[in-house]
Amino acid sequence: MNGIHLFLFGVLPYLSVLIFLVVTIQRYRQQTFSYSSLSSQLLENRRHFWGSVPFHYGILLVLVGHVVAFLVPRAVLAWNGVPWRLYVLEGTALAAGLLTLFGIVQLLVRRASDRKTLKVTTPSDWVLYALLLVQVVTGILVAYMHGWGSSWFASALSPWLRSLVKLSPDVAGLATVPLMVKAHIVNAWLLILFFPFTRLVHVLVIPNPYLWRKPQLVVWNRPRGGREGA
Amino acid sequence: MDVRSQIGMVFHLDKCIGCHTCSIACKNVWTDRPGTEYMWWNNVETKPGTGYPTRWEDQQAYKGGWETDGKNLRLKATGKARIIPNIFHNPSMPSMDDYYEPWTYRYGDLFNAPEGDDQPTAIPVSMVTGEPIAVEAGPNWDDDLGGSKVYARNDPNMEALSPEMRTQMFAIERLVFFYLPRICNHCLNPACVASCPSGALYKRGEDGIVLVNQERCRAWRACVSACPYKKVFYNWSTGKSEKCILCFPRIETGQAPACFHSCVGRIRYLGNVLYDADRITEIANLPDDQLVEAQRSIILDPNDPAVIEGARKNGIHESVIESAQRSPVWKFVRVWKIALPPHVEYRTFPMLFYVPPLLPVMSTTGQNGVIRSDLDEMFAQTEEARAPMAYLAKLLSGGNEGKLRYALKKQMAVRIARRHLTVGDATREQAESALRQADTTFEEADAIYRLTALATFDDRFVIPPSQREMAMEMLEDPHDRRAEAGFGFRAAPARGA
Repeated sequence: MNGIHLFLFGVLPYLSVLIFLVVTIQRYRQQTFSYSSLSSQLLENRRHFWGSVPFHYGILLVLVGHVVAFLVPRAVLAWNGVPWRLYVLEGTALAAGLLTLFGIVQLLVRRASDRKTLKVTTPSDWVLYALLLVQVVTGILVAYMHGWGSSWFASALSPWLRSLVKLSPDVAGLATVPLMVKAHIVNAWLLILFFPFTRLVHVLVIPNPYLWRKPQLVVWNRPRGGREGA
Repeated sequence: MDVRSQIGMVFHLDKCIGCHTCSIACKNVWTDRPGTEYMWWNNVETKPGTGYPTRWEDQQAYKGGWETDGKNLRLKATGKARIIPNIFHNPSMPSMDDYYEPWTYRYGDLFNAPEGDDQPTAIPVSMVTGEPIAVEAGPNWDDDLGGSKVYARNDPNMEALSPEMRTQMFAIERLVFFYLPRICNHCLNPACVASCPSGALYKRGEDGIVLVNQERCRAWRACVSACPYKKVFYNWSTGKSEKCILCFPRIETGQAPACFHSCVGRIRYLGNVLYDADRITEIANLPDDQLVEAQRSIILDPNDPAVIEGARKNGIHESVIESAQRSPVWKFVRVWKIALPPHVEYRTFPMLFYVPPLLPVMSTTGQNGVIRSDLDEMFAQTEEARAPMAYLAKLLSGGNEGKLRYALKKQMAVRIARRHLTVGDATREQAESALRQADTTFEEADAIYRLTALATFDDRFVIPPSQREMAMEMLEDPHDRRAEAGFGFRAAPARGA
């Protein structure tokens, strides 16, 4: 038991991050062509809207919540000091989680039921769907069964995370954490591990330069004497 | 003045017979790969008709091209503020149903079917799923259906006509249609390039060909809706956008693109023009009916010493300037003014121009059903042609009927002048009068006639030398690359995950 516990919370995180970094960079350098999500909107348009939009907005909101909590746990605790603010935070988080669940179920049904989208679905997509579904469901169950996570995570999880960052993993504190929370954490590391092998890499190529580049892009084969490129 | 060279094109609609040879040439060369079967970089549609993809001109739905308030130009679909909220689902993108689901037939069944009482048949199977499908639409499903209730009457250009004009147009004895071959216009102000979040689409500086960098394309699909002509397509198999590349490997070696080369009616002309890139944004903000003239005005006279000087200063090679001087596009668009840009009101400034079709000029027949051939009447009736001016103007001149009438009258005058010279039923006076009214002369009419009817291969295609070899030598020693593949992917375009 202790061996598995140590592996899941003391070794798996490092293994995941290592594979994530190595494969992500290697794939970007050698297989730039595949560095996107294979959109299937052309093949099926209507369900795509009801799946993709709620899923992405939901998961973005949830992700931002997680990142903020990891980075500035004190600020979150301070915010939760007043009960109504705690309710607002937890309510928003749960709503975002349910939105994500609604979206991913739509997407799954769409994938499985439409002949054309089924055709462009790879085994890695199914693995990804399974991981994401488990992640979303365990997340919602944690919120439901072990409420006020935005308050207890700081004492239960933050020391462990900090120890991971400091490269001296202390997994003892996690022993008492509920099973559902453990499942959520382990699955998260699996997601990170499989990230570079799936279409999730599209997250890394979000088009931020578009916002400040010039509208037209002109590429010159020969340098033009003194003149600006575009 | 920022002088640049751009490859332009002219399609002479009066000569198009709708044979689709261009489409087939293109399909066989470029789009017979998985994921591209539904794409027709070159297609020929019947007008009036809904086109391919269905109702592509309906920018209320597809939000293609630019819009302006007179000062600021912005993309209709994917302005910078709108690209982020819509990034997870493109609300104005055509789906495969708007094109058609490509199919093939199980030809093998014809040979392998067991012996029986019935003839074996080859059933259609989808080229996406590989399963049998009921074929519902194809890329030219509206072919020749100029009076169809399903196609012609749903042509978005019909909005320009009053209900009476529409009723008249669809009266059985006045039915009319013509063909509109379409490829990427390689616009001066391309909306697809401006919409690409990843910066994968670009315009080549030297010749203005618009391309998609397949390695940089991240499948955001903004270009598909941004192109008002719907000439950027999404490859569902590789997850990349693809479009007409104007056969640049052919252009670079001095050959006409496949669709141009194969054109049976010899309707296609290709040549470069010099233009002033500094003025694009300025003219893009003008009102619709001024756009034809504005676009002409930024195409510069390649014989003007100041322009030549500017071109040299920008590093444009002498041979490219000489090409521009001989360019048929320059003649059709700027000198004769009989070629017009399609839907210039989308403000992308297409560099493919169309000579409007004269069609059956007569709107009515005379007594006993005999078609009247009185020359004066024939000339006067240009305006009462079966295809209403308003319709053609909506398609080809941003609603400016004057520009369209000018082009049609000049073509008619050329015909009358030729009849005077060859048939002899038109007198010298009649011909001169027609030419004068059409703002032209015998000399110009002769030049138009020659380039329209007698033009040889070299007259129709004046391809500027690309000088790619010189550019290549600066980067690499060609001898190092001897006996290697010339262009294209170094790895197969496989995706993996």
